[in-house]
Amino acid sequence: MKRLIGIALAALVVAATPALALTELTFYYPIAVGGPLTKVVDNLVAGFEKEHPDVRVHAIYAGNYDDARIKALAALRAGQPAQMSVLFSIDLYELLEQDAIVAFDDIGADKTWLQSFYPALMANGTYKGKVYGIPFQRSTIVMYWNKDAFKEAGLDPEKAPATWDEMAKMAAKLVKKDAGGNLARWGVMVPSTGYAYWMFQAFARENGQDLMNRDGNQTNFANPEVISALQYWRDLGAKYKVMPEGTVEWGTLRQNFTEGKTAIMWHTTGNLTAVKESAKFPFGVAMLPASKQRGSPTGGGNWYIFKKSTPAERKAALAFIQWITSPERTAEWSIATGYVATRADAYETPKLKEYVTGFPQAAVARDQLKFATPELSTFQTGRVRKALDDAIQAALTGGKAPAEALKAAQQEAERLLKPYR
Amino acid sequence: MRHVYGWLLLTPAAILLVAFTHYPAVATLAESFFSTGTAVRPSRFVGLGNYAALLGDPIFTQVLLNNFWFALGTIPTSIALAMLMAAWVNGALPGRALVRLAYFTPTVLPMIAVANLWLYFYTPQIGLLDKVTALFGAGSHNWLGNPDTVMGCLVAMTIWKEAGFFMIFYLAALQALPPELGEAARIEGASRWYFFRRVTFPLLMPTTLFVLVNATINSFKLVDHLFILTKGGPDNASNLLLYYIYQTAFSFFDTSYAATLTVVLLALLGAFALVQFQLIERRVHYR
Repeated sequence: MKRLIGIALAALVVAATPALALTELTFYYPIAVGGPLTKVVDNLVAGFEKEHPDVRVHAIYAGNYDDARIKALAALRAGQPAQMSVLFSIDLYELLEQDAIVAFDDIGADKTWLQSFYPALMANGTYKGKVYGIPFQRSTIVMYWNKDAFKEAGLDPEKAPATWDEMAKMAAKLVKKDAGGNLARWGVMVPSTGYAYWMFQAFARENGQDLMNRDGNQTNFANPEVISALQYWRDLGAKYKVMPEGTVEWGTLRQNFTEGKTAIMWHTTGNLTAVKESAKFPFGVAMLPASKQRGSPTGGGNWYIFKKSTPAERKAALAFIQWITSPERTAEWSIATGYVATRADAYETPKLKEYVTGFPQAAVARDQLKFATPELSTFQTGRVRKALDDAIQAALTGGKAPAEALKAAQQEAERLLKPYR
Repeated sequence: MRHVYGWLLLTPAAILLVAFTHYPAVATLAESFFSTGTAVRPSRFVGLGNYAALLGDPIFTQVLLNNFWFALGTIPTSIALAMLMAAWVNGALPGRALVRLAYFTPTVLPMIAVANLWLYFYTPQIGLLDKVTALFGAGSHNWLGNPDTVMGCLVAMTIWKEAGFFMIFYLAALQALPPELGEAARIEGASRWYFFRRVTFPLLMPTTLFVLVNATINSFKLVDHLFILTKGGPDNASNLLLYYIYQTAFSFFDTSYAATLTVVLLALLGAFALVQFQLIERRVHYR
């Protein structure tokens, strides 16, 4: 059946393009997690080309999310645009303001296909009722825990902390000192360099708050619950002494965890496969703990189609995106990376079903989707995000009190967003 | 006719200079007087508006200050170290070529690779630095995550990267010194320190000037490591002017404000170069 759909799609593309005409597509894509993913993408592309001999697809690895956006937009301005790209899901407003992308509804994507993805993952790609981004490498934040460390500390290795209180208490037991009184293992680490605002969204959501409205022109940084969420994050280091004070590096945290230097880490589910391959101890994956409720932002990259493209190219691009987000491909991609499979029917494929049975950790991110909130994304998103990042880091390093830091960030965001209301 | 011939010879170089250096500089200056346009909101003339915004921007003040400390931390030490290393590998010692190579290696590595290496030196607990200090019973340090230590870490890495490069210039200069000077000094009974202070050091001044200009430019130009190590954090504690320009241009897409910052950078570097050439050149001893 899947193959039939593939062939039907191929026929559609063939019918739309003049005989023997070759449609060339270029796309940029970023990688923000560990593992040899360029190879996986190349294999996917080769698979598509085999089924669609009249389309050539050039996949260009473009660094991290920022690099990919810069390269795609630079190519656009230089008049050598890519027809589509995987870019940060939160680049939506920026791309709209640059008038760079088209809505999938406007180029003939049918509603049933658009509704086949998890609604939580569509939020960041939808603006005023139209879909501009199709979820691809999407993640939530999950909690990884080291079962050996739990056993050693006298805790139940199968039970992860479910609330903030529990996490602070369990982490205190998990802190280990060596004979000289120096710290050998931390209780918990939450990264705060690369994507501090993202981690903070989880804390805020768990405390019952979202950080922005759905129109992307209002932020909620100075809310008392948001401030107490930052206070808790700061307290993990400053008061409970279960996390290093200062900031925790995003890039090396996975090694810290797999080397046993922290018993718990919060990280993107996109790192799951990399952790699975390098951890020499049994580890568990759980939803993030709750304060008032569970919660995590979604994250990661969406497919966009650029405005500067011919109808034939748009059609081929749509066919490619439909192919690569089909349940089968989605399952393959999810297994190779650990990213959430973006649609429910992917979890019904034999491949992913079997994988999840043998490795139940892979289903946690999916189950968490019902508590998920869209990633922080507003107009002027770069500046707004930096204001929040700076506030978080100032609080974590002790430079400012959480309330003071967040109020300043809110003030800055107000100034930036006022023209968009 | 000879004039035409001369101009023709100059043309290729002049075209490249104008196209890639002078035109962009002038265009940057021009853009700094306009607001950033988007598809929805076209760009308009704002006069000195961007410069006024600059004065009210606390991050700008901070990156400027950071850059000052970064320059002060890296320039004198790397020059002194370069001189010392050059003097050492200029003498007769076993395995001289190998030692020279070893000193030069950091220069050969791309800055991004260096930053990735040093990221694992500085990483708490599993990093090299913490493993070594642990042998002496010291606890773990969050080197890059602490605003008080992060700049020192960047300075140390930059010195390691730069000193070897400057050493090459000093080595070349030392080998160009006539050996008779040394022989004459030995006959006169001058101590090695006296000889260095009164003869070698003054004769190296042209090289020092050259290296100083380069080191100053580098301290504003080198930001590759920030992408890997800190992204300017925590809370801008390690943010430098050029990295802030990058953030403004490519993360905030505020090209006009980025142009304004660039004009400041150009003016600063131009002023430094003028001062260095005008003031110090008078004291430089050319043969």
